[in-house]
Amino acid sequence: MQEYDLVIIGGGPAGLAAAEAAKKSGACSLVILERDRELGGILNQCIHNGFGLHSFGEELTGPEYAKRYIDRIRDLKIEYMLATMVMDLSEDRVVTAMNSENGVFSIRAKAVILAMGCRERPRGALNIPGYRPAGIYSAGTAQRLVNIEGLMPGREVVILGSGDIGLIMARRMTLEGAKVKVVAELMPYSGGLKRNIVQCLDDFGIPLLLSHTVVDIHGKNRVEGVTLAAVDEKGKPIPGTEEFYSCDTLLLSVGLIPENELSREAGIALSAVTGGPLVNESLETSVPGIFACGNVLHVHDLVDFVSEEAATAGKNAAAFIAEETLRSAGEQGPVIPLLAEGGVRYTVPSCIHLLRMPEELKVRFRVGAVYKNAYINVFAGKERVIRRKKMVMAPGEMEEITLKKEWLSEKTDTITVTIEEEEI
Amino acid sequence: MYDVVIVGGGVSGTSTARELSRYDLHVCVVEKMPDVCYGTSKANSGIVHAGYDCTPGTLMAKLNVRGNRMMPKLAKDLDVPFMQCGSLVVCTEEDDRETLTKLYEQGVENGVEGLEILDKDEVRKKEKNIADGVIATLWAPTAGIVCPFTLNYAYAEVAAGNGVEFRFNTEVQDILKKEEGYCLITNLGKIETKVVVNAAGVYSDRMHNMVSDHKIHITARRGEYCLLDRNASDLVNSTIFQLPGKMGKGVLVSKTAHGNILLGPTAVDQHYKEGTMTSAEGLETVLNLVNRSVKNVPRRQIITSFAGLRAHEAGHEFIIGEVEGAPGFVDCAGIESPGLASSPAIGEMVAGIVTDILHPAEKEEYTMSRKGILNPMTLSVADRNALIGENPAYGNIVCRCEMITEGEIIDAIKRPLGATTLDGIKRRTRAGMGRCQSGFCMPKIMEIMQRELSMTPFEITKCGKGSEWIVGTNKDKINVQAGGNAHAGI
Amino acid sequence: MTEKRNLTCIGCPMGCALTVEVDDDGYVWSVTGNTCKRGEIYGKKEVTNPTRIVTTTVRVTGGEMDAVPVKTKWDIPKDKIFSCIEDLKDIVLTAPVKTGDVVLADAAGTGVPVIATRDVI
Repeated sequence: MQEYDLVIIGGGPAGLAAAEAAKKSGACSLVILERDRELGGILNQCIHNGFGLHSFGEELTGPEYAKRYIDRIRDLKIEYMLATMVMDLSEDRVVTAMNSENGVFSIRAKAVILAMGCRERPRGALNIPGYRPAGIYSAGTAQRLVNIEGLMPGREVVILGSGDIGLIMARRMTLEGAKVKVVAELMPYSGGLKRNIVQCLDDFGIPLLLSHTVVDIHGKNRVEGVTLAAVDEKGKPIPGTEEFYSCDTLLLSVGLIPENELSREAGIALSAVTGGPLVNESLETSVPGIFACGNVLHVHDLVDFVSEEAATAGKNAAAFIAEETLRSAGEQGPVIPLLAEGGVRYTVPSCIHLLRMPEELKVRFRVGAVYKNAYINVFAGKERVIRRKKMVMAPGEMEEITLKKEWLSEKTDTITVTIEEEEI
Repeated sequence: MYDVVIVGGGVSGTSTARELSRYDLHVCVVEKMPDVCYGTSKANSGIVHAGYDCTPGTLMAKLNVRGNRMMPKLAKDLDVPFMQCGSLVVCTEEDDRETLTKLYEQGVENGVEGLEILDKDEVRKKEKNIADGVIATLWAPTAGIVCPFTLNYAYAEVAAGNGVEFRFNTEVQDILKKEEGYCLITNLGKIETKVVVNAAGVYSDRMHNMVSDHKIHITARRGEYCLLDRNASDLVNSTIFQLPGKMGKGVLVSKTAHGNILLGPTAVDQHYKEGTMTSAEGLETVLNLVNRSVKNVPRRQIITSFAGLRAHEAGHEFIIGEVEGAPGFVDCAGIESPGLASSPAIGEMVAGIVTDILHPAEKEEYTMSRKGILNPMTLSVADRNALIGENPAYGNIVCRCEMITEGEIIDAIKRPLGATTLDGIKRRTRAGMGRCQSGFCMPKIMEIMQRELSMTPFEITKCGKGSEWIVGTNKDKINVQAGGNAHAGI
Repeated sequence: MTEKRNLTCIGCPMGCALTVEVDDDGYVWSVTGNTCKRGEIYGKKEVTNPTRIVTTTVRVTGGEMDAVPVKTKWDIPKDKIFSCIEDLKDIVLTAPVKTGDVVLADAAGTGVPVIATRDVI
C-alpha cells in the first residue's frame, strides 16, 4: 500500500486551495485525487465573470480563477492524479481509488481532506409531476454542454429555481440564441445574488415569477411545454393559477447537495441541515484526521470563500500530521458546542476544542429566512460577545462572524449564534 | 416470409422469442420503439409474485406459480439480478383478518409453498419499520424481486443469439389475413409471416381486433411510483403489500434488485395508451398510503418518480391462445401483474402454442443462457485490476452515483441488440439511474455514444426519434442581419 | 424633460429599489430609494453609462474541446452585448489557444478586445 501524509479527495477549488496551504504548511507528501480529466472542478464550466474579487481583487472567469490555483499547484510540484475515482474511504484513513492506468489501489494517509463538492438536486427530489421527456436538464448539465461542448440543449427555455446557476444559465442561453421565457421560483424570494438577477434576467427582459412552481411537464418524447402555478405560503400550488408556457427545455436550478457518500461510508457524522460533515474549529470531521472544506462541507455562494475555507483546512491538516502522535497522547481539553438558534440554520464549525482554537476563528452560517434590520447575536455561555446589526440577511447569502479566543474559557459551556429581529 | 412474427418487445414477447429460438424457425420480433423494454416492462414493480393473489383455477394463477418456480434458475442462466426476499401482505384492521386468511387459503390452493400467517410480533422481527398499526401479515417466502429491464434484455439477447431477428422503430398499423398466414402493414413496409404472436402490451387489443370479430378491450391502467436512493435501502427487507383491492395489489414498499426502495403504484384507468405522466395527486397518494404498511419512509431520499401502464383486460385474466377464426394468430394479451413473474411460463406456453401450429424441429445448436454486462464490482481487486489491465475502459468511472465504468457502457452498446439510446444505456447499465439522475454522466455517455456508434450529438436521443437532447450549436440561430432590434430589453 | 427610471441596486443583497431621475442630456437629477452611497453611484452609472463584461464561447478546431470560453477584456456598453455576440458568431479558432489570446481585436466597435479565458491544447 502506498503511503502519503495527506490525500485530498477532489481537485476543484477547495481541493486546490487546501493542497496549496497544506504544502506551504509543511505537509511533505500529498496527492490530489480528481475524478475529472482536468483540475479545476466545476469552475471550468463557469465561464462567466465575477470570481476572485475577494481573493485576487479582480473579476475573473471560472477557468481563469482555476488556472491561478492550478499554476500554483504545478509550481509547488504537488502530485495529482486525474480521471481517478475514489471508491472507498475508511475510518483509519485508507483511501481506495481507481483509474484506467493503475487500476484499483489503496493509499494510507496520515490525514485526508474531503473536497468532493456538491451535486444538483434532480427533478425527482421535487416530485414534479408530468412526463419524463428529453429536454429536462439540471442547470449545471446544460451549463457543461453549452460552455464546454458548445452544444445547445434547447431553443425555448423555462427555468425552475432562481439559484445562481439558473440565473447564470438564463443569460448564457439567451446570449447563445435561445429564448428564455421565464424563471420560476418556489420561494417568495430568489436564492440567487442580486447582481445575477439584474444582469442575467433584468438585462434581457426575462421575467422572474416568485412563489411559482412547475405543476406539469408536457411532451412524451421532448418537452413541449410546462404548466406553472402560483404557490401558497406552504409551497402548495394554488388551483386556478395554472398557466401554460410552451417551451422545449426545462432547466432545473433547485438546490445543491453536498456529495457525501464517501463520508457516510467512512462513518463521518453528517449534519441533517447542510448534508455536509459536522466539523470542529479545525474543519476536522467526527473522524480524527479527516477534514472537510468547500461545497462538500456546506454549499457556498462565492468561490473566494471556498478557497479561504479550504486553505484553513489544508493548514490544519498539515498541523494534524505534524502533531498526530502528540495529540493522541495529550490532553484534549474542553469541547464547546456551537448552537444555531433563532433563525440561524447551522454553523460551520459546529464545535470548538478550546485548546486548538486560534486567537480568531471565522464561523460561517446561513439564516432560514429574509431578515431586514436584524441583529446577529453571539453568546459565549450566557454572555453576549457579538451584537451586529445587518440591514439585510437572506438564505442565499452566507454570513460570517469572527470569534475571539479571549471570549472563551474552560467554563464556557456553549456558544450560541442567533438572530434578533428589531422591535417595530 | 417469416414463420413467426412477434409483435412487441416486452417481457412476454421476448420470453416467447427466447423459447422459440431453440427451434428451426424464422422468427422476428417487431417493436415500434428503438429498443426492447419500452412499454409496461420498463415501468413496473419488478416483483416476482408468489402467486397467492390470483383466483384459483385461472391461467394467471397457473402461470404465476410456474413462473415463480422457474425464476431462480432462469435468473442464474440469464445472469439477471434476482433475490428471493419474500413478501408480506399486511393487515391493519381486525375486520380484514378474514381476507388475509382467504388469501392464505387461495395461495395454498394455487400451490404456493411456505405461506404463513405471522402475528405482529413475528413480523416485527423480520421488518423493523413495519407500521405500528399492522396486526397480522401473510408471509410468502417464495416471492422475489428481479430487475425487469435486465430480464427483458436477457430474453431478447438469447433470442437474438439464436438467430431471432429484431426490427425496431417498426410500428404495426394493420394486419391482413392472407391465404397462408398474415401480412403486417408497418410504417416501414410489409412483413409477411405464417404465425403472429400478439404481445403488444397495452396495444394488444388493437392488434387482436384487426383480425378478430370477437373484440377485446385493454385498458391502460396507470401506476405511479416513487424511487428512493440506495441510502434508504435498509428500510425494508422483503416486499410489503397491503391487502389487495379491486384495482390490484395496492401500494407496495419494496427493495429493488439493485437496492433502491420502490413505493407505489397507484391505479388509474385511462384511455390514452401513451399516458405515462405522473401527477401531483398520484404521488401524494403513494406517499400517504405507504404509511399504512411501513413507517419512517424517508421522503427526502426520493430520487425520481415515474409511471407505468398495466395492460388491463376487464376479466383480469391473461388472454393467451390462438384466436378463434384467425388461425395462426396467437394472443398474448392482458398481461398485467403478475405478468413479469409469469413471463418465463408465458413464453413457454405461447411457444408451445406456436410449435403446435408449425411443428418445427429443434435446432442442432442453440443456447438458452447468456452472460450479462460484466459488473466489475463483483470481482476481486486482483481480477478487477487484471480486467483494467486488459481493457482500461473498466478503470474509468462514468456514472459516479452507481459507479458504472466506461467498459460497461461500451459493453451495453456493443453487445447483441446493443443500446442505441440514452434510455437503453441507462436501463442496461444503470448509468444515470442514481441519485443525480444523469446530471453528471449524461454528457460523458453522449461522448461515448458519439465515438462507439459514430453518431453526431444531434442524433443522440432519449428514446428514439423526436426525443433528441441536443438541438444545435452555440449561436447557430443568431441572425446577424436582424441586428440588435430583435433583442428586447437591450 | 426628465425621465424616471426604476432599477434594482446590485451593491448588496438588500437590493434597494432605486428611482433615478435623468434628463434628455443624460444628466442625473436624483437617485432615491437607496440606503447607502453605493446605491447612488450605481444608479447614476447604470442610467448614464451601463456596461457589462460579456462572456461566451467561440468555436475551436483541432483541440481537445470544440469550444473555448472568451470574455471582453473590459466591460463594454450594455447595448453592445448582442453586437459583440454577433461579431463572435462565425469566428473559428485553431488549437492551441492560450488564456489571454486575443480572439477579436475590437468587439462591436468598442475598441475592447475579446480574449480567451482558458487554454485549449
